[in-house]
Amino acid sequence: MRSQAGNDAQFLAFVLGSEEYAVDILRVQEIRSWEPVSRIPNVNPYEKGVVNLRGAIVPIIDLRERFNLGHSEYTPVTVVVLHTRDDNGRQRVMGVVVDAVSDVVDVDTAAVQMTPDFGARVSTEYINGIVSVGERMVMLLDVDKLLKLDGGDDDQAH
Amino acid sequence: MTIDMAQFHQVFFEESFEGLDAMESGLLNLDMGDFDAEAINTIFRATHSIKGGSGTFGFTEVAEFTHVMEALLDEMRDGRRQVTQGAVEILLGSVDCLREMLTAIQSSQEIDSARVAEHKQALDRELDSGGVAGSVLANEPAFQRPGDASAVADTVVQGWRIAFSPHVHLLKTGNDPVRMFRELAELGELTVKVDFQGVPDFQQLDPEECHLSWDLQITGDISREQIDDVFDWVEEDCDLAVQQLTAQPGVEEKSEDTGQDRSEPAVQKLQAAEVASPPNNEEPASRRREQKPAAKKAPAKPAGSSSIRVDTEKIDNLINMVGELVITQSMLSLVGEQFSINRMDQLKSGLAQLERHTRELQESVMNIRMLPINFVFTRFPRLVHDLSAKMGKKIILEMTGEQTEVDKTVIELISDPLVHLVRNSLDHGIEMPEQRLAAGKPETGRITLNAYHRGGNIVIEVCDDGRGLDKEKLLAKAIEKGLVEDNIPMTDQQVFELIFMPGFSTAEQLSDISGRGVGMDVVRKNIQTLGGNIEIQSEQGRGSVFAIHLPLTLAILDGQSIAVGDETYIVPLVSIIESINVSEDMVNRVAGKGETFRLREEYLPIIRMHEIFGVENVRAKKLCEGLVVVVEGQGVRCGLFIDDLLSQQQVVIKSLEANFRRVEGVSGATILGDGSVALILDIPGLVRLSNQQAAKAQQSYAETA
Repeated sequence: MRSQAGNDAQFLAFVLGSEEYAVDILRVQEIRSWEPVSRIPNVNPYEKGVVNLRGAIVPIIDLRERFNLGHSEYTPVTVVVLHTRDDNGRQRVMGVVVDAVSDVVDVDTAAVQMTPDFGARVSTEYINGIVSVGERMVMLLDVDKLLKLDGGDDDQAH
Repeated sequence: MTIDMAQFHQVFFEESFEGLDAMESGLLNLDMGDFDAEAINTIFRATHSIKGGSGTFGFTEVAEFTHVMEALLDEMRDGRRQVTQGAVEILLGSVDCLREMLTAIQSSQEIDSARVAEHKQALDRELDSGGVAGSVLANEPAFQRPGDASAVADTVVQGWRIAFSPHVHLLKTGNDPVRMFRELAELGELTVKVDFQGVPDFQQLDPEECHLSWDLQITGDISREQIDDVFDWVEEDCDLAVQQLTAQPGVEEKSEDTGQDRSEPAVQKLQAAEVASPPNNEEPASRRREQKPAAKKAPAKPAGSSSIRVDTEKIDNLINMVGELVITQSMLSLVGEQFSINRMDQLKSGLAQLERHTRELQESVMNIRMLPINFVFTRFPRLVHDLSAKMGKKIILEMTGEQTEVDKTVIELISDPLVHLVRNSLDHGIEMPEQRLAAGKPETGRITLNAYHRGGNIVIEVCDDGRGLDKEKLLAKAIEKGLVEDNIPMTDQQVFELIFMPGFSTAEQLSDISGRGVGMDVVRKNIQTLGGNIEIQSEQGRGSVFAIHLPLTLAILDGQSIAVGDETYIVPLVSIIESINVSEDMVNRVAGKGETFRLREEYLPIIRMHEIFGVENVRAKKLCEGLVVVVEGQGVRCGLFIDDLLSQQQVVIKSLEANFRRVEGVSGATILGDGSVALILDIPGLVRLSNQQAAKAQQSYAETA
């Protein structure tokens, strides 16, 4: 993992329910407030729909629902973090709904710990590692895996 | 002064390929018998431009090759040689060869010199044979042109006397006489005499103007061409007279090799006893002067990026429009700065203007991508010429509506299907001459390519007056291949549609032209990916018409927005047939589940949009509360049950796949006036989706039962 690199990296931390996650800040394009989306028929329930981002059609996914953390009402502080992903040289943009953005944290990559093994009970495949920020435990998300579109199992979701 | 010649290579190649196309079409017109000097001139000019360009860039093989072609054309132009079928064929072959050479150079590959030599030999043979008219003149000394054959070109001469009087603006064209003299000095011993009588007083002297003229004498074994090469770029900007220094002075070597009028002005300038060559037909300067005659061998750039040539008028239009837009914008911002409610009218009119300008701007921008369909059509005369000769058929190709404009993408994607259709008409459609005569038709078959606009579509028709499609044979073949059931009544249209089935070919004999049974299905698929369709009309013994309908552009479509619950979708207007109110008693149920209704003579399935898309808050649950939109896609008709029709509008198609993935039943997305996103429906996809869901429902019903 990144443990031996020993460099400082900045991460954007955000809150989902009572948990705190962070993503590499270089992968964040912008942060927008929640606005109504246009639903796409017959896709996974966590894929909320698409919005018009300055002329581009950008899909929005709900991370709470993606991680099975239940559904929450969208409030004025609900934000959409727009991530970019490089897909064979093409930039893809996708919005992720989170409860709130907390702050930007400096992380010494040497201090990143491996995710504890929970066996089959908890899926940790999207988590790159865990880091302590003060008293808080922050989980570092793997943006590429997170945004990878699993088109295979979406047709039964309606 | 060093200039990276490579930067001009791309332009040279583009121009050369255009020139080749011009030569090709010119040659084909000659072939059809309407001989006229202008046609030969056009070919000659194109050849000459390529020769000049390739010489400049150091592509000597190309230059040498074109030189021989030019010599042959020159004879034809002067009427010293008759335009024979054989010569035209050789020239056509040479055009191909030249194209290959240029392509090879462009992609930095080796030129296939064996092939080049072969064509060159053919040209030389043709030249030596002298043609019919040429043989009469063969004993005239004037016929000895340097370009005739290399043997003649190498005639030993003792030297040349050159009177070189540049025009005043010569230096401004970027040409430097000193440089040319240096080049001459490399050829042999050069003595230069300068005449500065024309130089004005120092006060009036403009250092950028050239008032000098020179009298040059060069001795050595030098061919006329070598001299001409040096002056190649300035011939239009100077008075030049080249005189041979031989034992018999006064015999002027004719300068017909390249056919320029360079010696014509010399007649007035040098009132010497020498006889200048007769003025040839004019040769407009069709090449770029800014290029210096510095010919260094430079590695050719690999094939460049795709570019289009845009009419300057279109660009001017665009610039105008942007100017208008800027004015409107500043007016609006002025209104905004000191806004009070009584300026509302101003604001409104400003916004109306803005809307109009934006729409015009959009149209102009789209217009830039529009190219005349001629870009595709130009290749067909050659194709028909070659193939008909090969098959021994007599065919005339007629083209109309070549100037019809289509989007560039459409042009690129339509050319292969069109080639296929034309080949099919040639191979299967038009009969052999004797068959045609036996059938009471003129011996020469006719293929017509026709393009025109109809509504928001462009229609391209490939018509032939051949034997037409044989319905019986098609049907028998389809049954034999197990593609259709026997004894099922089919309409003519349905039978014709069979040829689009994969693996279907009725040609008794496979030829290398068509008939392998792959193709027609690909043709249709290509056309369908462009959002178009293809129709066949055919009458046995009379001919067939293949009509391709294509949208003008792939970026914008006319849409009908529809409401389903709280959601808005767009249905492409082309796929809508009609919208009707359906009452419950018009509906029949098939197997208790599938709903159909009868529209005139046809039973159409009803697809309930809110069901297959899982829409909540639907207003219309019963059929009588909503509307049924009858749509058609890829030959399938169905009724979409929706809440309401909203407005008709032009929508800009945005890809859903750019950031997301393909979704069944949806072909793309667009942004509505209020900034929200609406999905564009894909009718065939919807039908598939509906069938899948029905099958799934059936399955779960069977499981629970």
